[in-house]
Amino acid sequence: MAASFGVSSAAAANAVKSPALSPPSLPVIRSEARPISCRVNKSRKAGKITTKAVAAQAENPASAASKPGHEVLLFEALREGLEEEMERDPRVCIFGEDVGHYGGSYKVSKGLADKYGDLRVLDTPIAENSFIGMAVGAAMTGLRPVVEGMNMGFLLLAFNQISDNCGMLHYTSGGQFTIPTVIRGPGGVGRQLGAEHSQRLESYFQSIPGIQMVACSTPYNAKGLMKAAIRSENPVVLFEHVLLYNLKERIPDEEYVVSLEEAEMVRPGEHVTILTYSRMRYHVMQAAKTLVNKGYDPEVIDIRSLKPFDLYTIGNSIKKTHKVLIVEECMRTGGIGASLTAAINENFNDYLDAPIVCLSSQDVPTPYAGTLEEVTVVQPGQIVTAVEQLCR
Amino acid sequence: MACSATAKIIHNPLVFSSSRSAEKYESCCKISGRSSLGSKFLGKKLLSAKSAISPASRRSGAVVAVSSDIVKEKKVKSGSSAASNLLITKEEGLVLYEDMYLGRAFEDMCAQMYYRGKMFGFVHLYNGQEAVSTGFIKLLKQEDCVVSTYRDHVHSLSKGVPARQVMSELFGKTTGCCRGQGGSMHMFSKEHNVLGGFAFIGEGIPVATGAAFTSKYKREVLKEDCDEVTLAFFGDGTCNNGQFFECLNMAALWKLPIVFVVENNLWAIGMSHLRSTSDPQIWKKGPAFGMPGVHVDGMDVLKVREVAQEAIGRARRGEGPTLVECETYRFRGHSLADPDELRDPAEKARYATRDPITALKKYLFENNLANEAELKAVDKKIDEIIEDSVEFADASPVPARNQLLENVFADPRGFGIGPDGKYRCEDPKFTEGTAQV
Repeated sequence: MAASFGVSSAAAANAVKSPALSPPSLPVIRSEARPISCRVNKSRKAGKITTKAVAAQAENPASAASKPGHEVLLFEALREGLEEEMERDPRVCIFGEDVGHYGGSYKVSKGLADKYGDLRVLDTPIAENSFIGMAVGAAMTGLRPVVEGMNMGFLLLAFNQISDNCGMLHYTSGGQFTIPTVIRGPGGVGRQLGAEHSQRLESYFQSIPGIQMVACSTPYNAKGLMKAAIRSENPVVLFEHVLLYNLKERIPDEEYVVSLEEAEMVRPGEHVTILTYSRMRYHVMQAAKTLVNKGYDPEVIDIRSLKPFDLYTIGNSIKKTHKVLIVEECMRTGGIGASLTAAINENFNDYLDAPIVCLSSQDVPTPYAGTLEEVTVVQPGQIVTAVEQLCR
Repeated sequence: MACSATAKIIHNPLVFSSSRSAEKYESCCKISGRSSLGSKFLGKKLLSAKSAISPASRRSGAVVAVSSDIVKEKKVKSGSSAASNLLITKEEGLVLYEDMYLGRAFEDMCAQMYYRGKMFGFVHLYNGQEAVSTGFIKLLKQEDCVVSTYRDHVHSLSKGVPARQVMSELFGKTTGCCRGQGGSMHMFSKEHNVLGGFAFIGEGIPVATGAAFTSKYKREVLKEDCDEVTLAFFGDGTCNNGQFFECLNMAALWKLPIVFVVENNLWAIGMSHLRSTSDPQIWKKGPAFGMPGVHVDGMDVLKVREVAQEAIGRARRGEGPTLVECETYRFRGHSLADPDELRDPAEKARYATRDPITALKKYLFENNLANEAELKAVDKKIDEIIEDSVEFADASPVPARNQLLENVFADPRGFGIGPDGKYRCEDPKFTEGTAQV
């Protein structure tokens, strides 16, 4: 079935029995680093904390890579990340519907079952709650499962396991068991996929204590986040977007991870802070082109970490521009934007010259008809108008 | 199927709803021939059930053991020479007795402590069901895993978690097995591989399936020498839950080393098993998914142990999962908050005569495996352990505020980066438990 991974069975045995032994960390591409000490975790293992970047620069692949790198599509970048981690650690395995022989509904795991076998890339029956629970049990006993929700919407069926077990089990067990799972999959509004396949689950999951949520938006950060999520000892939900899988970008040849907790500076600016994530980043950048032509200078930040928010990067930006526009795909009610608005108001109220504007999707089930679907999500025109009003 | 007018009249959970099922029952019934505790049931009585079956008939005969066709014919010892074929040695007998008595004494102490205000919330006691826990768990190695439900104190004790740690956890002290953060319904032990303790029924079954998957993965992918098995304990109510069926399917599909142990005590709080289940014979659901289904008298620790040996052996050899339905009964209410008004006193009295501890005692005496004095010594030892655990729990400190934010994340960087650029877990208020996260 599976080939040898160059890991002796003794080492693997140790690794599985005491998952606290983390493999050595690799170079993280940061602009600046300073060591932090974090001794607060009194549970059984001593955490190894890597350096944190006080970063204001964009994580520009070109500046970091010495070689030109290679071009990939976003789904290929995800697969590269997965494959590298599976190669590196034999405990990393994949569960999901059609992830094995079919290669994943968006081909993220294509070829991996041939390489690693049917047990390591497990085609599950259609039983989300149970196979996510299975991933929890596997994680508790030493494996590092990456679970694919064929569409994030299906994970609603697994809410019991994600909330109670992924999120809370580390705490209720008094820190005895870790749940290093990654739950990933495509979500968001696509092209006329209908209401149920167009859901934004980040808004439902955000209150669950004990999980981290990240959203990728470029091939570069997709690969980096995938790797970081797999290496994290916390349960991480990685949100991909159905419409972004074919984005192309040149990414470094060398290995890299990105920070799970940091936001990404997309375009520095002076006039207004635009906070966004996932697909809306592209609507914002499109609007930015128009805005620049009209003489505005927007600062665009891809928040990337949906839970927790990177209040440092966001705060620094607000202290500079004093105006905030949030552009997101969640519904108006209870979405990421709603939480972000609250967090900014709480922390940076003094720095705001104007109320925060939050552009979200309409609180409607996503209609099938293309014309209606278009107006449920935020369009670049609306972003331009909002900035113009904010900056008046 | 027709149900009696009130839920109170329950004779035998194995009700035959039609003569068709009775025939099938006869053909797949394998009766253990050797003498067992309290067993007066002969093949004749069971076979005669076939002719007297009607849709509404109830039968007061208890069943020794029923297995589906998939289980291979086991060795059958002739009943008449049973006296020379003892099921256990003296040492084993004492271990079983001690474990069951520990479970009973501990739970009784829990009730006392609850009513004295030392523990709160929902506490579900295991009195009456000890044979299932002892019968199965005493066959396990330390590396084997156990997954339970909210009725998990005794599973934890049987698996080896010290009584002190369990009692402290119930009192909500830092010395509890989960640092006081879990409580009665969330007993976990990494050292003894108790994977919980779950409040929602059915929630633990996928976790158990995952642990069994890890065992198979270690063997087949990591090429380790691993034959660890996992036991999943849950009740009759859970057997109508989707997660149960989904996991039966996956476990059988991948031949996972797991045993699904149903503790059928006939009642899900106030819901009688017969009122909620279209086919109450839970063991039959195993073959539907391609695994053996076995029914066993869960008030008889030796019968349970025998079935457990076979099921655990199957799992260890890589032959796949087994579904074992243990007919058992809880002597107390569903929880300490349950007034337990719906159950018929006659039913309770009948099961009280089948008390597993009394039955084992009788067996030990009758077969000269132990005498009164030895068992009294065991009782005394256990009583002291229980007293000590209460004293220990009483004397232990309550969690300080600084414990609040620990253990939310294995990696506390998950709380994110604060406005000042530092990770929130670096904030001194974080260690004090007063940080806003």
